[in-house]
Amino acid sequence: MAVLIDRTTRLLVQGITGREGTFHAKQAQAYGTNVVGGVTPGKGGTTHEGWPVFDTVADAVAATGATASVIFVPPAGGADAVMEAADAGLSLAVCITEGIPTIDMMRALTLVRARGMRLIGPNCPGIITAGQAKAGIIPGHICKPGRVGIVSKSGTLTYEAIHQLTGLGLGQTTCIGIGGDPLIGTSFIDALGLFAEDAETEAVVLIGEIGGSAEEEAAAFIHESFRKPVVGFIAGQTAPPGRRMGHAGAIIAGGKGTAAEKMQALSAAGVRVVRSPADIGRAVQDALGAA
Amino acid sequence: MKIHEHQGKEILKRYGVAVPRGEVAFTADDAAGAAERLGGGVVVVKAQIHAGGRGKGGGVKVVKGVAEAREAASRMIGMTLKTYQTGPEGRTVSRVLVEEGLDIATELYLGLVIDRSTQKPVLMVSQEGGVEIEKVAEETPDRIFKAFIDPALGLQPFQARRLAFQLGLKGDQIGKAVRMMMALYQAFVATDASLLEINPLIVTQGGDLLALDAKMNFDDNALFRHPDLKAFRDLGEEEPLEIEASKFSLNYIKLDGTIGCMVNGAGLAMATMDIIKLAGGEPANFLDVGGGANAEQIKNAFRILMSDTSVKAVLINIFGGILRCDVLAQGVIAAVKDLGVRVPIVIRMEGTNVELGKQMLRESGLNFTTADSMGEAAEKVVALSRG
Repeated sequence: MAVLIDRTTRLLVQGITGREGTFHAKQAQAYGTNVVGGVTPGKGGTTHEGWPVFDTVADAVAATGATASVIFVPPAGGADAVMEAADAGLSLAVCITEGIPTIDMMRALTLVRARGMRLIGPNCPGIITAGQAKAGIIPGHICKPGRVGIVSKSGTLTYEAIHQLTGLGLGQTTCIGIGGDPLIGTSFIDALGLFAEDAETEAVVLIGEIGGSAEEEAAAFIHESFRKPVVGFIAGQTAPPGRRMGHAGAIIAGGKGTAAEKMQALSAAGVRVVRSPADIGRAVQDALGAA
Repeated sequence: MKIHEHQGKEILKRYGVAVPRGEVAFTADDAAGAAERLGGGVVVVKAQIHAGGRGKGGGVKVVKGVAEAREAASRMIGMTLKTYQTGPEGRTVSRVLVEEGLDIATELYLGLVIDRSTQKPVLMVSQEGGVEIEKVAEETPDRIFKAFIDPALGLQPFQARRLAFQLGLKGDQIGKAVRMMMALYQAFVATDASLLEINPLIVTQGGDLLALDAKMNFDDNALFRHPDLKAFRDLGEEEPLEIEASKFSLNYIKLDGTIGCMVNGAGLAMATMDIIKLAGGEPANFLDVGGGANAEQIKNAFRILMSDTSVKAVLINIFGGILRCDVLAQGVIAAVKDLGVRVPIVIRMEGTNVELGKQMLRESGLNFTTADSMGEAAEKVVALSRG
């Protein structure tokens, strides 16, 4: 079980000949992921680190039977790479690229929806199913197969949560980094919907950030229809308004998007909201004990 | 990236949006010259800072004639303007916009942003122009009208027309408003804007529509394809330490506390600030050193952190994953030695070779304290900052 990715996933790497693409393709394979090849326009027909390289995603899919792709291409071509993956009929793409222009992403998302592809990211650490497979940059060695799903806007803060769950012996099913950009392919609600269907996931950790209203929308969804225990943390309780805190999406604007509002909405929906990021693991332990 | 009102109007004019005649002035003499060229009658002198709410703070003056324009500009240039958007420290005014005075019949509001939930551009208008639109949205949301725009099709005339009617416009004002909205949408998309706000959009006694104000923000991620827009950046509006940090791809934001933070990743950096506050301290900054966190980055980060003299202690929180902690420790030790950092430093790190890294820090003879968790690190650094 678990969600999105597992041992059976046949993974392509877009941008496989680049430094990041090469490094993380090797890491993914070492973790047990079935990496079937890569795409770098102009290098089709060559071999890179033992993997076949193709000029287009369509060629790669035809030759390898790939079902998913992880994207490590520079930001100017990021949205184009996402559209190419969608057009080639892949069911899943994970876009790690940081810095894609918002308007490019907005257009790409219309094609992603039209083709019915699931997109994770952009500007995200990717996904990992503990003990099985990964697409992205989440370090495999900190994970441990277990009972908890994670969905998060953040990268290293997700690692922190994983680390705490592993330390307490609770482990993870799948960890999903949805990304910190204003426009992303998969929302908290989408991820919660996947975890709802997964029998192995007994509880979910939701890590949000200031900016936007995705956490409030998730709170409404949880209140209405999500029945597993959820532990929530919102980063940026001390962030000043009007300043972009690293991620393009992390900004309190026009008095909206504050951590306090998000924490209140989640609490009201029955989520165990922790004020300190150090308490995420223990709160999950409590929630599972009570469930 | 933010730009000034006069720059925003310059851009909008290129797309066919009507704006008042005006000139930017950096001195009182320039302002007098501008007033003269505008006909020597009624002009408006407007302080140019990257913040709204200028009128209430004394940053907008309607004056009559060249002498009064000179005087208003001389009072404004160099003044510290405080508005609800600048914070208590305010902003120093270094330029003003001198514009023709117009007979205003109606003040309207127009805004364009990309809506995150629908993932589409949304064009918003309201008859409540000239006031804080945040308040209108809060108190009377039914007075704001919206059109959601299909990214593939762009704004359609019927959508603009409906908004024009909802604004209560009549006769040939409808056509003028539609043309203006179409032009504004074009400018928004072509410049990769993240915000375009006209508040107020005015109807004159003569029935003309003009953008009396223009606020434009741009998507930093798209600036690579807009070299012309980059020229509009005003470094005088930015914190010097933040400019310095951006040269090294460090993401630094200065805050008011005493505990310097150095963290990899934006979310973890915010969470680290939060946990410092929970432990009873105040963070001095947000600092994301990025995914790499190599020795050179650490050194640059320290230099910027320590230029803030209110920093009494530093917390380094690096969750490397695949990063080697011994390499990180080496970088930190070298930076602290080279820069002669004297304040206590608490380090919490995770990654490969973490025990070796800690041992190197302990044996360095420098003022390091190590911690095994975020909670422990925060408590230690807060205690040390008071020491």
